[in-house]
Amino acid sequence: MPIFNIVIAGVGGQGVLMASRVLAESALASGLDIKQNEVHGMAQRGGSVISFVRMGEKVASPVVMPGSADLLISFEPLEALRYLHYLKPGGRLVYNKISINPSTVAAGLAVYPDDVEDQIAASCGNALGVDALAIAREAGNGKAVNMVMVGTVLKNLPLEEEVVTEVVKQVSKEKGVEVNLRALAGGAAA
Amino acid sequence: MKKIISGNEAIALGFTDGGGVFASGYPGTPSTETLEEVARLGEVYCEWAANEKVALEAAIGGSIAGGRSLATMKHVGVNVAADPLMTLTYTGVNAGLILMVADDPGMHSSQNEQDSRHYARFAKIPMLDPADSQDAYDMVRTAFEISEQFDTPVMLRTTTRISHAKGVVVPREKISPQVGEWVKDVPKYVMLPNFGKIKHVEVEERLLKLREYAETTPLNRVEMGDTELGIITSGVSYQHVREAFPNASVLKLGLVHPLPERKIREFAGSVKRLMVVEEMDAIFEEQIRAMGIEVEIGKNKLPLCGEINADLIRAALGDPVAEAAAPVEGLPQRPPVFCPSCAHRGLFTILSKLKTFVSGDIGCYTLGALPPMGAMHSVIDMGASISAAHGMARVNAIAGRDEKPVAVIGDSTFFHSGMTGLLSLAFNGGNALVIIMDNRATGMTGGQENPGTGKTLQGNPTRQVDMVPLVKALGIDNVFELNTYDLAATEAAIKKGLETPGPYVLIDRNPCVLRYKIRKPAMTVDQDKCTGCRACLKVACMALGLTASGERPKVQVDPNVCNGCGVCRQMCKFDAMHEIEGENNANL
Ligand SMILES: Cc1ncc(C[n+]2csc(CCOP(=O)(O)OP(=O)(O)O)c2C)c(N)n1
Ligand code: SF4
Ligand code: SF4
Ligand code: SF4
Repeated sequence: MPIFNIVIAGVGGQGVLMASRVLAESALASGLDIKQNEVHGMAQRGGSVISFVRMGEKVASPVVMPGSADLLISFEPLEALRYLHYLKPGGRLVYNKISINPSTVAAGLAVYPDDVEDQIAASCGNALGVDALAIAREAGNGKAVNMVMVGTVLKNLPLEEEVVTEVVKQVSKEKGVEVNLRALAGGAAA
Repeated sequence: MKKIISGNEAIALGFTDGGGVFASGYPGTPSTETLEEVARLGEVYCEWAANEKVALEAAIGGSIAGGRSLATMKHVGVNVAADPLMTLTYTGVNAGLILMVADDPGMHSSQNEQDSRHYARFAKIPMLDPADSQDAYDMVRTAFEISEQFDTPVMLRTTTRISHAKGVVVPREKISPQVGEWVKDVPKYVMLPNFGKIKHVEVEERLLKLREYAETTPLNRVEMGDTELGIITSGVSYQHVREAFPNASVLKLGLVHPLPERKIREFAGSVKRLMVVEEMDAIFEEQIRAMGIEVEIGKNKLPLCGEINADLIRAALGDPVAEAAAPVEGLPQRPPVFCPSCAHRGLFTILSKLKTFVSGDIGCYTLGALPPMGAMHSVIDMGASISAAHGMARVNAIAGRDEKPVAVIGDSTFFHSGMTGLLSLAFNGGNALVIIMDNRATGMTGGQENPGTGKTLQGNPTRQVDMVPLVKALGIDNVFELNTYDLAATEAAIKKGLETPGPYVLIDRNPCVLRYKIRKPAMTVDQDKCTGCRACLKVACMALGLTASGERPKVQVDPNVCNGCGVCRQMCKFDAMHEIEGENNANL
C-alpha cells in the first residue's frame, strides 16, 4: 500500500487534534505504521491549525508536502481554501460549512470572502461540504464536530469502519461515548 | 506493547522506564509536555521550577545526591540556564544527568530560531538528536549511560517536529531507579579557580574519549544504498531525507556532538557525491569541511532559516517535487488572538487608546502588539519588560522627554525573571508603570501551574505566593489592584500611574478564562440600535463580526464564541449590546 496522506485543518479549539488521534490510532490498530504531526503551541483560541496524519507500511517524514494529500478534512470553509493546495490531483476534500471569523475579520481589518464555497467547487472536483455543527448538535453536543468530520471520511480511508468505531469508543470519555458514536454515524450518513 | 506517542511523551516514558529519579523544568513550547507527561505517568518525582536556571540547578543537585536527573526546557531556556551549564561541564555528574532542550526551527511559537547544537560544542558535552519517538525513547537510556560512563551532563535535543510529532514506540524493559551515594567531593564540585583549572584539562580529555566513542557507537549509523549519493544528516531531517531519497546512502548521526571524524571520512570516501542535510546552522558542514572533506551540497542549496522538508531536499538536488496548485492568495489571515473574554483584552484596548510606549514581555499578552491594538512596542526575552522600561525612562530623562514607559508582564514571567528587574527598578529609583497581569496561569504554554497558582505540577495544593506583599517587599510603595474588565476604571488607573512619578505597580488579578474554564452569558447586538460605527471591533474579539455586506454593515456577536466579558459593550455609545439570558454553551 502506498502511503496515505491526510491533512486536517481547522481553527484552534475545534478538536482537530482529537480527530487526528482517532485516525492515527485506527491505523495502528489496523497494523499500519503512522506519523502524526500538528504544530501547536499557543494556547489562545482562534489561530489556524493544521495537522498531518500519514499511514502506510513504513512512514518516514511526519510532514505532508503540498500536492500530495489523498484527503483534506477541514473544520471550516476558509481553512479548506487555505490548505487546498495540499491535495493531490483528484484528492478528496470534506469540509464543515460553518464558518468562523478570523480575528482579522472580527476586527474589521479584512473581509470574509462571500464566495469561499464557490472557489472550493471551482478548484476541487471531489469536494463535499457538510453542516457538521447541526449534525453534532443532533447527536447531542455541538462540540462533537470533530467526530462528525471523522464520520464524513470513513468511506475514504484505507481502514475498516469498525476499527475506527472501536477507537472512537476507546478514546471517548465515558459520558461522551454515545454522543461521539452518534456524531460519527451522522457524519458518515452526510 | 506498541503505542502512538509524541517525542515529548517518549522522553517522559524513557525517563520513567530508564531509572529516572528527579525531573525539573520550566514550560516552553515545544518542550512543555515532557514534564507534564512524567507527572501524568506518576512514577517519578517531578516539578516546575520558577525558571530554567533553577530547573537545571535542581537537576544538578539531584545528580550530586545520586539520582538520575532530568531538566527540560525550550531552546531559549538554555540561555537562562547557560550559567550553571558552563560550569556543570567542569564538575561532571554523580548519577546521570540529562538536559533536554527543544529547538523550534520555523519559529512556530518562539521569539528566535537559535540552534542548540552550538551549546553542546560551547560546553564540550555530548548531544543526542533523536529522529522519531522511538529514538527519543531509546536515547534517554543511552544518554544516562553516557553521562555516567564519561562523567558528563548530556544534552538531549529535539525540534518541534520531533517533540510534537507522534509515532509508534515499543517500550523496553524497565530499569528500577537506584539512588546512589550522596558524596562530598570538594575538588569535583567546588569550582574555585584551582580546582577549575584541573577540571578544564579533564573536560578536554573527556572530549577526546567521547570522539572515540562517537566512532563506534550504534547511535551513528551508516545505511549503505546507492553509492552515487551519500547524505549525512540527523534528527527529523533524516526522515525527510528518507522520504526524498529512499535509496541513497545515509550516515544518520544520533550523537551530533562530538562528530565521528573517521566514520565521516570513510562514508564520504564510499560515495560519489556528498550532501549534508541539517536544519538551521551549518554546524556539521563546517566541521566536515574543516576535516578537509568536500561537501558538494549543503547550505549552498538548503536554507539556514526555517524548517527543511522532503521537497527542499529534492529541489536541492534538482529532483522534481509533486506538482501542487498554488496556494490561494489574498485570504484573510487567521492569527491567534486573545481568547474570548481574556482579561488582557481590556488592558490593551486602553493602552492602544492612550498611545503610550509599552515595553512588553513574553506571554499571551504579547498578542497586544498585533493590529488592531498595536499596543506593545518592544519584546525581547522573558523579564525584559521592566528592565528595558527602566533603561528607557533613564534615557528619556536625560533627553528631557517626560514620558513614562509602561511595562506589561504576566505572573509566570514575573516569577521567572521579572522580579529582579523590579528590584533593580526600585533600587535605582526608576520611573516606570509596571502592570502585572496575574492571571494565575502560565497561559501561553497551556496554563501550567507556577508559584502564584497555589498548586504544584501534579495539581496538589502548595504555598501560593502573595503578589502584593511580594511587590512591596521588592521596594515598591505604590501598588494597586486593577480590573481590566472595567475599561473606565482601567483608563483612570493607568493615567494615575503615568502621572505619579517613580515606580508604580498595578496588578490585575482576573484569572485566565481558558485555564479555569470560566463561562459567562454571551452578548447579543440589537440590530435596530447598532449604527455600524465599529467602535466595538477595536477590542479584537473573534466573537464579533460584521453582518454580510450592505452599505454600512452592522455588528453581530457569535453566541458560540462569545464568552460575555462585556468589554465590547463598554465601547458602544449606542447601547446596542446586552447579555443573552441563560447558560453559555460556547463551543470553544
Ligand atoms: C526563556 C524562556 N522560557 C520559556 C518561554 C516560553 N514561554 C513563553 S510565554 C511564557 C509564560 C507565559 O506566562 P505568563 O507570563 O503568566 O503570561 P500569560 O501567557 O498567562 O498571559 C513561557 C513560559 C520563553 N519564551 N522563554
Ligand atoms: S490562554 Fe488565558 S491568558 Fe492566554 S489568551 Fe486565553 S484567556 Fe488569555
Ligand atoms: S464578544 Fe464582547 S463580550 Fe463577548 S467575549 Fe468578545 S469582547 Fe467579550
Ligand atoms: S459599537 Fe455599538 S453601534 Fe457601534 S458597531 Fe458596535 S454594536 Fe454597533
